[in-house]
Amino acid sequence: MDHRLSGQYAIAGVAESDLGVVGPGRTELSLQVQAALRAIADAGLTVKDVDGIFVQPGPFERMPGLLLAEYLGIQARVNDTTMVGGCSNLQHIEHAIAAIEAGLCEVALIAYGSTQRSAGTRQIGGVSEDPRSPRGQFEIPYGLLSPIGSYALATTRYRYLYGLEDTDLGWLAVATREWANLNPVAYRHDDPLTMSEYLASPWISWPLRRDDICLVTDGGGAIVLTRIERARDCAKKPVLVLGIASRSNAHYWVPGLDDILTTGARVTGPEAMSMAGVSHQDIDLLEIYDAFTTMPLLAVENLGFCERGQGRYFFHNGRTGPRGEMPMNTSGGGLSYCHPGMFGVFLVVEAVRQLRGECDSRQVKGVQVALCHAFGGVLSAESTVLLGKE
Amino acid sequence: MIRPHPEPTPLTEPFWQEARARRLAIQHCSSCRQYQFYPRIHCIHCGAQSLEWEVVSGRGTIYSYTVSMRAPTPAFSVPYIVAIVELDEGPRMLSNVVDCEPAEITVGSLVQVDFLALDSEISLPVFRLA
Ligand SMILES: [Zn+2]
Repeated sequence: MDHRLSGQYAIAGVAESDLGVVGPGRTELSLQVQAALRAIADAGLTVKDVDGIFVQPGPFERMPGLLLAEYLGIQARVNDTTMVGGCSNLQHIEHAIAAIEAGLCEVALIAYGSTQRSAGTRQIGGVSEDPRSPRGQFEIPYGLLSPIGSYALATTRYRYLYGLEDTDLGWLAVATREWANLNPVAYRHDDPLTMSEYLASPWISWPLRRDDICLVTDGGGAIVLTRIERARDCAKKPVLVLGIASRSNAHYWVPGLDDILTTGARVTGPEAMSMAGVSHQDIDLLEIYDAFTTMPLLAVENLGFCERGQGRYFFHNGRTGPRGEMPMNTSGGGLSYCHPGMFGVFLVVEAVRQLRGECDSRQVKGVQVALCHAFGGVLSAESTVLLGKE
Repeated sequence: MIRPHPEPTPLTEPFWQEARARRLAIQHCSSCRQYQFYPRIHCIHCGAQSLEWEVVSGRGTIYSYTVSMRAPTPAFSVPYIVAIVELDEGPRMLSNVVDCEPAEITVGSLVQVDFLALDSEISLPVFRLA
């Protein structure tokens, strides 16, 4: 995005809905709306201030933006339902800035909700495919678990080239759980994880184990974004969007990747950091989508925090945990906090709260700049967002 | 219990027709002379629509693989191996490596195509260690 827009837009409000297991009486819409109303209140705005809606379709609703606008009782001037998997809500931030900059709307509401846990819509084989589609003909008949299997394929290649050991990813899982143990709303808040428990957890799609894989929960999240001038009049100190970049990679499913270990982060990282005018040393906090431990492994390398093949050492000795020098996934992440299908919005919610200093016992001291990175599909789309204080 | 059943389209029918005869056919571009998989209307290398079907060697190398300990349907008995095979001609395809213990396979293993008949219409290309 145009570097001149760095710091010109701000996140004024964030919120989660109820998380975990919400029960059969709740719908995607009800969680979206609960998170949206909380985020709007967090910003000190009212529903009537919102004139841009950004939301991705889930399994039950094809036109969720129209439904959300109707339910909230607003006439949205922009209604964007970009769906590129788990990084959709980060791309929505980029689209919202573009829309406001173009005069299409003033206050953007980005919302997500899923009841995949209570509704039982998450299947280990993934979503069903048209048997005539490319995946239906050439992938589904082979029984690749989705999305686990795709990340397992990347992990095997990494093991072969760089000698990844089981404990390398174990450090990440254990550190992430330690953060969850500090977050009262985390699904695994009361459930510590040791390395030996991690190593004893069963293989699901070798070389990935159960404890390399995210939770399956319900939940929703929302973000309110507007111009910095307007955000200054809101209830809380604005959190600036310093830099943002997105890519849809030139593949949908992993056999189409030129190199299964080279991801869009190699482009979005430098672009977003350049827009923000920051370098790696300036970043105090990482929020990286961790549906599988493989994702942060690939992200830290492709974002340039370490050389290729060195990511396996990045998490050692609790370096990304509560007492580590490079705090990462401080909410407890998709692995241990919540994972309602698409985690992007929760990366931003946590980064904003850390930048505001609202995180109590898991608060990282002195956070000035946070980097959020999300994946969508199976390494198919990515977004990097840098957030900072005014 | 039969595994998820691909449904050929007019575009992909030659692939499945050759597979019924236990031959692996992929598209070759007569304009840029490169191969591609999966089948498309146009060449992803040069954009030309001058694609021809060519029966290839069926030899390849394991680019990566996973050992699945859970199955999406009861048609698969665990553990089973799902792999990305890099064909000698260049393109990569997803497949299974059959009659192979997990300890026998590694990235770089050489494999040869075989065919698993699901019914009279579909023979699925799978691979064996060469
Ligand atoms: Zn060509």
